[in-house]
Amino acid sequence: MVTAFSLSKGLTTLSGLLLLSFGSLAASQIEDQAEQFFRSGHTNNWAVLVCTSRFWFNYRHVANTLSVYRSVKRLGIPDSHIVLMLADDMACNPRNPKPATVFSHKNMELNVYGDDVEVDYRSYEVTVENFLRVLTGRIPPSTPRSKRLLSDDRSNILIYMTGHGGNGFLKFQDSEEITNIELADAFEQMWQKRRYNELLFIIDTCQGASMYERFYSPNIMALASSQVGEDSLSHQPDPAIGVHLMDRYTFYVLEFLEEINPASQTNMNDLFQVCPRSLCVSTPGHRTDLFQRDPKNVLITDFFGSVRKVEITTETISLQPDLEIMESRDKKDWMDEELMEPLKYAEQLPVAQIIHQVYLISENFHLNHCSTC
Amino acid sequence: MGSGGNTGDTLTFPLDEQEGRWELCMYRFLLQFMMKYWPKASFSEPGASVLFCFLPCALGILSPAGLSQDTMSYIGPERTAVVRGFTHREAFNIVGRRVIQVAQAMSLTEDVLAAALADHLPEDKWSSDKRRPLKSSLGYEITFSLLNPDPKSHDVHWDIEGAVRRYVQPFLSALSAAGNFSVDSQILYYTVLGVNPRFDPASSSYYLAAHSLPHVINPVESRLGSSAASLYPVLNFLLYVPELAHSPLYIQDKDGAPVATNAFHSPRWGGIMVYNVDSKAYNASELPVRVEVDMVRVMEVFLAQLRLLFGIAQPQMPLKSLFSGPKSEGLTTWELDRLLWARSVENVATATTTLTSLAQLLGKISNIVIKDDVASEVYRAVAAVQKAAEELASGRLASAFIASQAAVTSSERAFFDPSLLHLLYFPDDQKFAIYIPLFLPMAVPILLSLVKIFLETRKSWKKPEKID
Repeated sequence: MVTAFSLSKGLTTLSGLLLLSFGSLAASQIEDQAEQFFRSGHTNNWAVLVCTSRFWFNYRHVANTLSVYRSVKRLGIPDSHIVLMLADDMACNPRNPKPATVFSHKNMELNVYGDDVEVDYRSYEVTVENFLRVLTGRIPPSTPRSKRLLSDDRSNILIYMTGHGGNGFLKFQDSEEITNIELADAFEQMWQKRRYNELLFIIDTCQGASMYERFYSPNIMALASSQVGEDSLSHQPDPAIGVHLMDRYTFYVLEFLEEINPASQTNMNDLFQVCPRSLCVSTPGHRTDLFQRDPKNVLITDFFGSVRKVEITTETISLQPDLEIMESRDKKDWMDEELMEPLKYAEQLPVAQIIHQVYLISENFHLNHCSTC
Repeated sequence: MGSGGNTGDTLTFPLDEQEGRWELCMYRFLLQFMMKYWPKASFSEPGASVLFCFLPCALGILSPAGLSQDTMSYIGPERTAVVRGFTHREAFNIVGRRVIQVAQAMSLTEDVLAAALADHLPEDKWSSDKRRPLKSSLGYEITFSLLNPDPKSHDVHWDIEGAVRRYVQPFLSALSAAGNFSVDSQILYYTVLGVNPRFDPASSSYYLAAHSLPHVINPVESRLGSSAASLYPVLNFLLYVPELAHSPLYIQDKDGAPVATNAFHSPRWGGIMVYNVDSKAYNASELPVRVEVDMVRVMEVFLAQLRLLFGIAQPQMPLKSLFSGPKSEGLTTWELDRLLWARSVENVATATTTLTSLAQLLGKISNIVIKDDVASEVYRAVAAVQKAAEELASGRLASAFIASQAAVTSSERAFFDPSLLHLLYFPDDQKFAIYIPLFLPMAVPILLSLVKIFLETRKSWKKPEKID
């Protein structure tokens, strides 16, 4: 009786243990699958960074764009995957008291221009037409590779635009505008050809939220620095340079990005909280209804960095080395034979002899013909 | 065509070293024998006829000594298969069903179709197999790079040209129906991986944990020069010889166990393998130590990664059958057929959606001008899509694939033509706002003078009546 009881107890504990282990196995499998489910399906990252304003007093827009460029490069997106469009050259502007530099913080702490900036579209090349051509891919065939957006259906693209804007438009180069409907149509053309997997659109202009109102393509998330009817304000002037160095929204976004490294797990909800009204004076807005995943599952590095998906290679194929060794032995003999004869220089012109000959001839000439001199 | 080359000319008795079972050798010999005396032309084209051999089970010499009783069919590497027959009333039916099973398993199946059409179907995030393969393209560029971060300690030599000629070229020529391939190689010095390996005191070696592998690639990529090479998609294969200070270096998987191949790959990018220098080489001589890379081991891993990156995967076997692995080239003709099927279907789907969205764009914006060459590309694309569909239906894979590639090229050229950029967005209220201030001031005096002229002529008509 006692043994039977202990046996049954042992059995129950054993079965309980087995169930637990199976349960944990199953749970870990489900966890793995769940992890995969919430992760993004992209394999590469692109960034299109656009500054649309000319003139010296719009220094801050160039500094905004260059700071985002630096962050994006630091987090891993290579230059070949960044399309940088700057409408004016502040570093070499005649009014710049510190030439070849663009500072983003007062007291000149951080030079965002640096030595290795690669600007793809500069000064008058930044037009609405070129911008739309880059996005939709309808580029003349002679365009160099660095000026193209060669994304595919597994690319996550970050688009950052800054400049002067209004209700429903963004001003380019003080002479033309892009409207929110054109932008929405361009994104739809990109979606039709599956030129992106997911798109993050950030805009730092006055009334920026109007620019993302008209989007209708899937998988787009948008952030703006101010609502319709509000102005985005600049951050701080620098007395030495004489202009405002950055805009508030971008300044605080960059402070946030400074804490991100390629392995961090911070998600988009934190980015939405950046720059509350007390700091920014305007109210930043965001739009996520077109995006399929929940923003709390979207990592910052999905768009700002370039974290590759990797898989361990577990299988190999077997190759037959034997036959090949026979082949290579024959080849080696043949090559050795060729190398048997010693190498030496080809026959050269005897330059020294020629000069000597010429000298002798000229001496004779003089002796023969210049007896009168 | 990659199939009938060497088997048609000489009959070799293949030694199945891996399996070591002589009856499999007999099966292979039988298949080679049949292929030699069958009309050759029917096997040279992709998607062409398949050879099935039936063996009566009463045949003594082929009674399975080590083979399990259950195995009913053996699928060979070159569109051939052996099916075991048996004595039964319903023998023909059963054998016929078996043949159909084998044929269906080895040809276009649902998962292959789903992978090919992954773009156009609602996304299924559960499987990463569908995201791994490269998209169909006209050609591919394959780059082999040797990374030597410590030339002071290691003088690394690799016979890459020989290895490419012996192992990679046969594979690529077997795949040549799927596109143009070009291969290059380079050696990079003083290039380090972006991640510092950790030291494992238990095995006194260094390791790279699985979660740090994604960050290895980016710092290296800027030095590879991959984007400058060509317009085709590039696959990079890197061989990394770790520095003396970090040798030996192993890659660990998620559970912490070292990976047998010491390699990992990234979808649509390529693969990296870590090659550890044998510690015996350090004892004898001074630095730098001459290292001769064992290209066979390296190429086994790289070719396996190449297969995975192209999406050539093991098909789902029907029950009770044995699949012989690929030949020395690394690719069976069944797999080539499946690849061409999948690519043709993908190309036709892409071309169709491109043309449809182009038509929608033109319908929405009425004032776009279509040039003649764009129109001719569209006609060409439509004709090519129809031809590809016909050829697929009749089973001529090679010509179907070529037609589908032509369809994709023409449709992309039509869609991405630079002249189709539409910039004019003119809402109605803006039209009024622009034209009214222009025309209204001009229109007012004109209208007034017209009214005046009309009144005067009316007066002049009435006047003669009054005066007599």
